Amino acid sequence: MRYDLFITGFGGQGVLLAGNLLSYAAIIEGKNVSFLPAYGVEKRGGAAMCTVVIADGEVGSPVIGRPSTCVYLNQTSLDRYGAKVKDGGVAIINSSLVDDSGWSRDDLDVIRIPMNRIAMDLGDARMVNMVAAGAYAAKSGSVALESLEQALKSVLPERNHRFIPANMQAIRAGAGAVQG
Amino acid sequence: MSQRLFVKGNEAVAMAAIEAGCRYYFGYPITPQSDIPEYLSRELPKLNGEFIQAESEVGAINMLLGASATGVRAMTSSSSPGISLKQEGISYMAGSELPGVIVNISRSGPGLGGIDASQADYWQSVKGGGHGGYHIIVLAPASVQEMYDLTMLAFDLADIYRTPVMVLADSVVGQMKEALVPNPRPETTLPEKDWVVRGRKEGTEQKIVKSLFLGDGELEAHNWKLHGKYDVMREKECRQELFMTEDAQLIVTAFGSVARIAKTAILTAREAGMKVGLLRPITLFPFPTQAYRDVTGQCKKILDIELNNGQMVEDVRLSVARDAEVHFYGRPPGAGSLPVPEELFEQIKKYY
Repeated sequence: MRYDLFITGFGGQGVLLAGNLLSYAAIIEGKNVSFLPAYGVEKRGGAAMCTVVIADGEVGSPVIGRPSTCVYLNQTSLDRYGAKVKDGGVAIINSSLVDDSGWSRDDLDVIRIPMNRIAMDLGDARMVNMVAAGAYAAKSGSVALESLEQALKSVLPERNHRFIPANMQAIRAGAGAVQG
Repeated sequence: MSQRLFVKGNEAVAMAAIEAGCRYYFGYPITPQSDIPEYLSRELPKLNGEFIQAESEVGAINMLLGASATGVRAMTSSSSPGISLKQEGISYMAGSELPGVIVNISRSGPGLGGIDASQADYWQSVKGGGHGGYHIIVLAPASVQEMYDLTMLAFDLADIYRTPVMVLADSVVGQMKEALVPNPRPETTLPEKDWVVRGRKEGTEQKIVKSLFLGDGELEAHNWKLHGKYDVMREKECRQELFMTEDAQLIVTAFGSVARIAKTAILTAREAGMKVGLLRPITLFPFPTQAYRDVTGQCKKILDIELNNGQMVEDVRLSVARDAEVHFYGRPPGAGSLPVPEELFEQIKKYY
């Protein structure tokens, strides 16, 4: 199988950590992965994005023109990269911050999840990226939630391991929002 | 097999250097390669190594020259404008036959340019970027694993041929994270370093490391000797990847990051029933001339793709069979200029 994903939001939303986490989970599952962060003049509040490719075989291009799934964490991302999703692909939208009513892509499977609200209900708005990661994992079936839990141990520095249970709650809530 | 790690290309370079026995690093920060000095500044002191942030790139390359003259494994890294500053030192190292590894995570130019992925340093790297008509070995990794493996190889080749060796990549390969198997240093038999200068016991032969030869005929002989080594490299050290070339009616050729993008475009073409293959040079000097001659015995169409206005394509034209046609597609570097597989597929269709 082969999955490609583009995640975008503003700097500080944890876009790169979400991409890292999904990538690491796939590594744990023995798959091949490329994680390509947009590399420019980045700053908190500016645009942040990354491309993840997960494959059983060779990854090939880490650069994807029209990703099959895009995750939009803020309004600017959708406005700027809304056309990027492949025809017939999947868009996962953070409906807490993104209004897609003016967006016309009838070909897509659009999933709207109030990620900020879910994260806040679980105690911390900063977990919005975990909600997004859980949602993508559940929608795509690319990695198991258990692998994400294992991956958190590797991706987070030791001192932050105490946050893993809360982050897992956020990941499960994201996954639940897709299924529900 | 060692465990698979998940690391950045730049970190893989630094890890390989340590595994290869490099304990001395000299550099000056510049985007997009600063992960290399960052990693080594943290790890080398733990190994009783030496990390020096030099006052400039010129300082760093001359520290590499000095360290190498004592026989230790050492390296420097930078990005395009910084590599330009190092060219004088590289020429002196080539003239003095000093091993040493130089990593260029190149960025766009000319001048200060930008920080985006670029392959516009091809000419500078393979044609002797400094003065005096020399070559250095140039390795072009296309994945995080190759960043590791080729950096490891660079140290051995430098010692075998007593030459500077360059690892040439860009921010796609340097900043990307992929799985890495950190293989242990392979066992190789290397020539004894009987030429090093590290203080001499009385009564033993004096060793001199220099690039200045003033005696009648001395310098000419030295140049012939150097170029004799380049011929041996051409014969023994060419490396390339051939992918689906056997039945190909069009062969794409590209190196480094853009070869990865091209590979996906080639797979799309194969799905559409088009017989397309890839020839990816891994050594840029020595250039794998014979591989081009071999594939163009059967396939008469070559499409060269580069992140510049056309540099390697000149070497491709010199290498292919006489009746082969060579086409070129390039994207000069800059923000938003990195081609996507769909775009390269269009080029494949155009020339197929």
